[in-house]
Amino acid sequence: MEYRNVLTTCPYCGTGCNFHLQVLDGKLVGVLPAKGHVIADGGMCIKGWNAHAFVHDKERLQKPLIRKNGELVEASWEEALGLVAERLGKVKADNGADSIGILTSAKCTNEENYILQKFARAVIGTNNVDHCARL
Amino acid sequence: MSDRLTLLRETIERVLPEVEGVVALKQGPGGIVAPHLDLPSRPAELEALSLWPKYPVPDTLKIIQKAHPGAKLGVVCRGCEERGIVEMAKHAQIDLANVQLIGLECVTDEATFCRCYKPFTAHATTTVGDKIEGVPDPLADAFLAKSQEERLAFWKEQFLHCIKCYGCRNICPQCFCNVCALEDAIWVETGRLPMPLPPMYHLVRAMHMTAKCVACRECEETCPAGIPLAIQFRLMARDVQQMFGYETGAVIDQKPPQLLVLEEGDYAKTGLPH
Ligand code: SF4
Ligand code: SF4
Ligand code: SF4
Ligand code: SF4
Repeated sequence: MEYRNVLTTCPYCGTGCNFHLQVLDGKLVGVLPAKGHVIADGGMCIKGWNAHAFVHDKERLQKPLIRKNGELVEASWEEALGLVAERLGKVKADNGADSIGILTSAKCTNEENYILQKFARAVIGTNNVDHCARL
Repeated sequence: MSDRLTLLRETIERVLPEVEGVVALKQGPGGIVAPHLDLPSRPAELEALSLWPKYPVPDTLKIIQKAHPGAKLGVVCRGCEERGIVEMAKHAQIDLANVQLIGLECVTDEATFCRCYKPFTAHATTTVGDKIEGVPDPLADAFLAKSQEERLAFWKEQFLHCIKCYGCRNICPQCFCNVCALEDAIWVETGRLPMPLPPMYHLVRAMHMTAKCVACRECEETCPAGIPLAIQFRLMARDVQQMFGYETGAVIDQKPPQLLVLEEGDYAKTGLPH
């Protein structure tokens, strides 16, 4: 028997409300506000209130899928990431780094967004970085 | 004499060996507090025990109990939370027989913050802190001083700010229906803000909280629009008291009026407790 509340940041928008994920016997069962937290002080919008719901959803993708002959086929992370790296490398070699653009998301944390712009600039070699919060 | 926190910690330490766990508040990262299940196997966690801010612990208790029926649990509860547990037991949401109530009496600052009429427990045999008197609710009093038209204008203005986050429903320990009318498009139109008047969402919730609301004010606290929802529930509680002689949380074996429409014999057939 185990019940804990884990403080975390809402994954749904850049506002960054904090809340607690209620964890019962290792499974997420709900969201509780974080009273006194600087961003939303115990409030949330409807997305935050439902942020636990996708985690154990039956339809959530658990493994990467690669389209082979028009069909999506389960693959290992190694294979999927290998394919992405190989294709990006080829596009860059054929057409130059500025033929690639990176779109990131307000759903990501600051740290994830930082990594993505670093990846675009330092690994790919382009300043084409943008994200959905500008749309 | 020790402070409330020390006394509460000592009390939980005393209760822990007799139960499978105790629901209490715990301070986590950044000093943010949340409900937690203290287990006899991890007494060190009591170091982070916390008193405030309050949380809807009756709901925490329900969640754990539903997954572990029959488990003996202690729960630290304030007056409003004890009322919540009692009412939920009447509606078959909590099994009171397996709960040991550890009452935590509120202090004046807390009662003032909550505008609380009853900042103390009534049933817990183990309690921490001294009982104080309830305090007036200046917001409800100011509302009562308004004319009928002013009252209507007041709520119209307040509900204009509602973003329909469903937080007031989600956090309310007394909102526990399996099928919620607020998710039925017959009652609550989707995809429209501000919500059309009359605000069916709020009328339905007000109806459903009649003789159920225990004045914990969780709904009001979580409202991102700062709507003083507890005013309406306080006044409804006054009416329920006058019309049905019923006060939530006060008498454990008094049935709430909404469960009285069936005859005694019919009621027994529902399989509900009492
Ligand atoms: S709760 Fe709503 S406003 Fe807050 S971060 Fe999540 S999506 Fe954004
Ligand atoms: S509502 Fe009353 S009983 Fe509940 S925490 Fe506030 S002062 Fe205490
Ligand atoms: S005060 Fe609000 S949250 Fe508490 S029982 Fe009443 S309606 Fe529910
Ligand atoms: S918590 Fe406030 S904003 Fe959210 S649905 Fe309730 S009244 Fe509306």
